[in-house]
Amino acid sequence: MSEAILELKNITKRFPGVVALNEVSLDVRAGEIHALCGENGAGKSTLIKTCTGAVIPDMGEIVVEGRSYTSMTPQLADKCGIAVIYQELNSVGDLCAAENVFLGNEIRKGIVVDKKVMAEKAAKVFESLNIKIDPYEMVKDLTVGYRQMIEIAKAMVHNAKILIMDEPSAPLTNNETETLFTLVEDLRKKGVGIVYISHRMPEIFRLSDRITVMRDGQKIQTMDAGNTNNDELIKLMVGRELTSTFPERKNMIEDNILLDVQNITGNGVKDISFQLKKGEILGLAGLVGAGRTELAELIFGVKKAESGKIIWKGQEVHFNCPKQAIRAGIILCPEDRKQQGVCLPLSIWDNAIMASLEGISKGPVVNHKKAEEICQHYKEKLQIKTPSLDQAVKNLSGGNQQKVVLAKGLATSPELVIFDEPTRGIDVGAKYEIYKLLNALIEEGKTIIMISSEMEELMGMADRIIVLAEGEHQGELNREEFSQEQIMQYASGPN
Amino acid sequence: MKTANISKSLKKYGIYLVLVVLIIAFSIATPQFLTVSNILNVARQAAMLGVASVGMIFVIIIGGIDLSVGSMVTFVNIFVAYLMVNAGVSPIVAALTGILVTTLIGLFNGWVVANIKIPALIATLATQIIFEGAAYIIAGGMPIFGFPKSFSVLGQSYIGFIPLLVIVMIICLIIGSFILNKTFFGRHFYAVGSNAEAAELSGIQVKRVNYLAYSLCGFFAGLSGVMLLSRTSSGQVTAGKGFEFDVISALVLGGVSVTGGSGNISCAVAGILIMQVLSNGFVLCGISTYWQMAIKGVILLAAVGFDMMQKQRQHVVKK
Repeated sequence: MSEAILELKNITKRFPGVVALNEVSLDVRAGEIHALCGENGAGKSTLIKTCTGAVIPDMGEIVVEGRSYTSMTPQLADKCGIAVIYQELNSVGDLCAAENVFLGNEIRKGIVVDKKVMAEKAAKVFESLNIKIDPYEMVKDLTVGYRQMIEIAKAMVHNAKILIMDEPSAPLTNNETETLFTLVEDLRKKGVGIVYISHRMPEIFRLSDRITVMRDGQKIQTMDAGNTNNDELIKLMVGRELTSTFPERKNMIEDNILLDVQNITGNGVKDISFQLKKGEILGLAGLVGAGRTELAELIFGVKKAESGKIIWKGQEVHFNCPKQAIRAGIILCPEDRKQQGVCLPLSIWDNAIMASLEGISKGPVVNHKKAEEICQHYKEKLQIKTPSLDQAVKNLSGGNQQKVVLAKGLATSPELVIFDEPTRGIDVGAKYEIYKLLNALIEEGKTIIMISSEMEELMGMADRIIVLAEGEHQGELNREEFSQEQIMQYASGPN
Repeated sequence: MKTANISKSLKKYGIYLVLVVLIIAFSIATPQFLTVSNILNVARQAAMLGVASVGMIFVIIIGGIDLSVGSMVTFVNIFVAYLMVNAGVSPIVAALTGILVTTLIGLFNGWVVANIKIPALIATLATQIIFEGAAYIIAGGMPIFGFPKSFSVLGQSYIGFIPLLVIVMIICLIIGSFILNKTFFGRHFYAVGSNAEAAELSGIQVKRVNYLAYSLCGFFAGLSGVMLLSRTSSGQVTAGKGFEFDVISALVLGGVSVTGGSGNISCAVAGILIMQVLSNGFVLCGISTYWQMAIKGVILLAAVGFDMMQKQRQHVVKK
């Protein structure tokens, strides 16, 4: 067994309010593929970022080929031979393949770039990696798969000894994935140490020599791929028992169907069908990018479906914009609170009344008294903590901002509320309050679709969970069937 | 808490202090400045700037900009003059037609910006040149004059001792303030300017908000042009040259943020008056127009710089 070329020792990183990494250790050997897996938010990305200098660890050391560093910088990482292939590729579309390979490292004659020599050298690199790309091809004309290969070629030009790949197969088609696997296996033969992050079980078992599982910022276990199996891996990834308690609510589910989605396709969503009963909380589970938000956008009229039907209260509807969905009685509390939920510089008053302002106006003139009443009502009902409604929303805490988004939505008197990550980035106490509010909404006769990446939360709150992966419906679980293992199994996609 | 409030209102209305300082400085520099006739003169000149600013404030609040305001003023000057003198149209019909046309130009600007997604800076730069060109084509480069006498009522008559122009401006400012504070679409302007995506998801039709803001801008620019024409009694192809610069500077000085989402009429008024006091004071002090241009440029840069620095400081504090 060969020596470790990269060793992370007891890396700890704290962000305000959370420990993102808690004494995580990991070692990568030359000529191995080391898979790193874990749920969303387990700390994989943060760990990688410590290797590239994007995150400076509070404690611990990074040992590259026997040399110890307390932290990295991008230049130092490059010098040490650490290269990362991110999910969002960093290639420049208007330059050719060879220029991209030598980006920042151009071969020059004086101040003039020597394109010919670069193309020759790039061709050699491509050949050694068995990549079939014309060095003069413009990168914008290449598919994602080829662009990724160019990034890998670029890493090789930089003499990378350690290659870190963050879900490289996610954007690829099946054929491209196959080519990627061959390439990665070739690199292993050449003695490169590879860290391979993925959610997809089959490819983890196909490629990796060792597997490290992370959960909640901690390393759970490193094991040889041969000594474990699918089920054990999933168990280790979800691991924890349901600890937090969730508030009780009355069962309000009625038999009539409020929303009936039939074979909807478009916006990255493929052929999804489901029905929603009045009074239900339907959870949508899945990994980041599984198509949950995209599905919500189709229902809410943000994006248009290519095919399929949406039947709302017994009638087929085609919403062209959110305004029509809101009029029909649907509201979306979006995922990215600051980008999509609130207008940060405006007051609570302005934000809370934003969606219903037109409705409470006489002609063009806002009925200020009524607006004031509505804002005051929701401020008390949702217990928004603020000295005054004139306070700018940017001065509120995350939990209170989320309540403002909720107030805005509720002021439109919706029947269906779609929550996209309702508790992201808010503290535990505030989360519990949000859960209670959701229950209160159900008891008032509303219906909820809840998207969350926190499995516990979905299992604690939902009556039923639909799991998506890669834009497709993978499975559905009723409350009595809920299990983290099963959800994770569905979420990692078709086997 | 109380000192925080004082410092807040100082920040908000501090621009009026600048105005007062300027007035004192010019009063000391030249005895002609602080006379009744000069003050009325400043007010009369400010009228056109004030009316056009009411239109522009909507566009800047939604996060856009309209560089075609000056050329709309020029266009209206020539177009309305042409209608009256060459086509024999009655003054009131000619004026209303002119304003209608600029409103439609504004609507076109809004449509281009919202639908084709051309950055407002470029889109309105193009319309600026188009309608300046159109004015030259109509007029053949020559001034047009010889209007019916009734046309000069708007620009040259008084109610009591107050010029009618000033009264029109005050009414427009009140209307602008009413739209921004009391109507739902006025509040929508702020929502779109501070976060268009959140606004769209709240059921606000961002495209329509764009159409409306740019149309209003065209409307007030047209009115401003008619006022100018009535005052000068001569349609000039250079009437509105560089006018958009004064309008934008006045608003930025008055605390309207060029990044959108904030600003109000009560502060913008100070910016309008500062711009006009400066122009007037410079003339009285005998400073050449070339120097005036250079100084005004520096002032705009300083005002926007101040706005941006404030924003950055807030950002740092938040982190």
